[in-house]
Amino acid sequence: MSAPPAVEISALVKRYGPATAVDGLTFTVAAGTITSVLGRNGAGKTTTIETCEGFRRPDAGTVRVLGLDPLRDGARLRPRVGVMLQEGTGFYPGARAAELLTHLARLHAHPLDVGPLVDRLGLAGSGPTPLRRLSGGERQRVALAAALVGRPELVFLDEPTAGLDPQARRDTWDLLTELRADGVTVVLTTHLIDEAERLSDHVVIIDAGRLLAEGSPQELTAGAADDIIRFGGPPRLDLASLRAALPAAAQVHEVAPGTYEVAAVVDPRLLATLTSWCAANDILAEGLQVGHRTLEDVFLELTGRVEGSGSGPARGPGRPARESGPADGWPGRGERPADGWPADGAAGGTGPRS
Amino acid sequence: MTFSPAPGAAPVGRMLLAQSVFETRLLLRNGEQLLLTAVIPVVLLWLLTAAPVFDTGRYERVEFLVPGILALCVMSTAFTSLAIATGYERRYGALKRLAASPIPRWTLLLAKALTVLVVEAVQVALVCGLGLALGWEPSGSPLSVAALLLAGTLAFAGLGLLMAGTLRAEATLAAANLLYLLLLVLGGVVIPLDGFPDGLRSVLGLTPTGALASSLRSVLADGDGLPFGAVAVLTAWAVAGLAAAARWFRWE
Repeated sequence: MSAPPAVEISALVKRYGPATAVDGLTFTVAAGTITSVLGRNGAGKTTTIETCEGFRRPDAGTVRVLGLDPLRDGARLRPRVGVMLQEGTGFYPGARAAELLTHLARLHAHPLDVGPLVDRLGLAGSGPTPLRRLSGGERQRVALAAALVGRPELVFLDEPTAGLDPQARRDTWDLLTELRADGVTVVLTTHLIDEAERLSDHVVIIDAGRLLAEGSPQELTAGAADDIIRFGGPPRLDLASLRAALPAAAQVHEVAPGTYEVAAVVDPRLLATLTSWCAANDILAEGLQVGHRTLEDVFLELTGRVEGSGSGPARGPGRPARESGPADGWPGRGERPADGWPADGAAGGTGPRS
Repeated sequence: MTFSPAPGAAPVGRMLLAQSVFETRLLLRNGEQLLLTAVIPVVLLWLLTAAPVFDTGRYERVEFLVPGILALCVMSTAFTSLAIATGYERRYGALKRLAASPIPRWTLLLAKALTVLVVEAVQVALVCGLGLALGWEPSGSPLSVAALLLAGTLAFAGLGLLMAGTLRAEATLAAANLLYLLLLVLGGVVIPLDGFPDGLRSVLGLTPTGALASSLRSVLADGDGLPFGAVAVLTAWAVAGLAAAARWFRWE
């Protein structure tokens, strides 16, 4: 890729009083890609994005957006960059959706037509309702449309799908893919692992303000430590008989009700044994998936290490990581709740399958 | 539709016009704001002119009331309404979102000022029109009146923005309405300050409302020239309020 990077963040540090929100973060965003900044709540995602948007002054390090300094060159940068603030904020409470978008369009030289944009985002039905009375999901879509209406070459979207229902989330993913196809660079933050995995060309995983890993989802999930088979079925299967059928080294767990994992050296024979056992027990294994780690596995391994070293902030109730949420990235599984982070306080250095 | 990039800011004049029209439209659509800025002043002027509720001393009732109600209009728009609207814009991130848009900050502030002036012009037309219909005969120089209205606007706007930029939106709503009510009663708007004890009266005369109402009255009812004392009081409030707002206003 020969084009200069859309965003270059180098050794960025941002503190709020005694708390360090971003701690020496470095990454770049290639032009024309979708890049996800993935991390928990409080990992420093919003601070990073808002520094790129010119809302925050770095305590150290540099940020360049389209080759410009967001603070010094803000006036030149703002027409070229679309911004979606967190939680669908950024609206006049008494304005209507189309009215706000029409107004923002007037601040730009070659804006999108508001009518088709409103239709495209499914907001036509909101009519004369003031924005403060719209649902959270509708406001999110207004905020997304507001980021796009000026036809920017780069958009920063802070948790664009938070609070959306599964269908709206998929629609948003489609829209973002369309943006990329039309040549818009997309930088988004998310705490949804499956979102980062399915949508992005590049994933930047941060925790406690530091870069843990970056790469394409494929790169990040390559090099599995263990092979694994996942499948879905009725909850509370008798796993003892399955364990008996499989090689002794194989580990079998029901990681969530109706979701099973077999960790073993996976070969055709093992798979055949598993499916035979299913057939014998009249179990239709759903979404059977062999082999590669999901991004969630990678994420939990990475952030688990940070937790284990004691440098991460204290977090929620300590429960085994895998019991608090079904494996995402799992074909056909339900959506993770918007803030359904796996509770990880106690996960520590112990991997999910150890 | 295509999202292919075509970035660019609109010409600044167009942004200023768009922002002013947008904010004015939102304001004129807001029922609570209209109650404060139009309904209450007009009803008060009409009722208190028709019925002798307070002793207006040496002035005809309408002669006393029109200047006071004009001061109330300035307070309602440049202080109460501006504070509440800005407080909620801040709370819902509208200001932050605009800060990320191509509109320069000075253009946004100028648009807010124009919005206030447009609403005030409507108010002045309403109140003066009603006053004339009720037999009001103004004296004094319109230029002096305009200067006082402008000085009062700046004084109130500084305080309104300071409040909106530092308090929570709900607190701004409550405090702005409370001050409106207190100064309506105590600011020489409809009740002559002469009726209050001396000490309190001199304090009330130094409030923006007291200074604006009494100086408008001395011009419009007594035909005095520009009262520089009141202009100094209003200017002091304006400088202090705007400086404090510039210093402590938080955009989010």
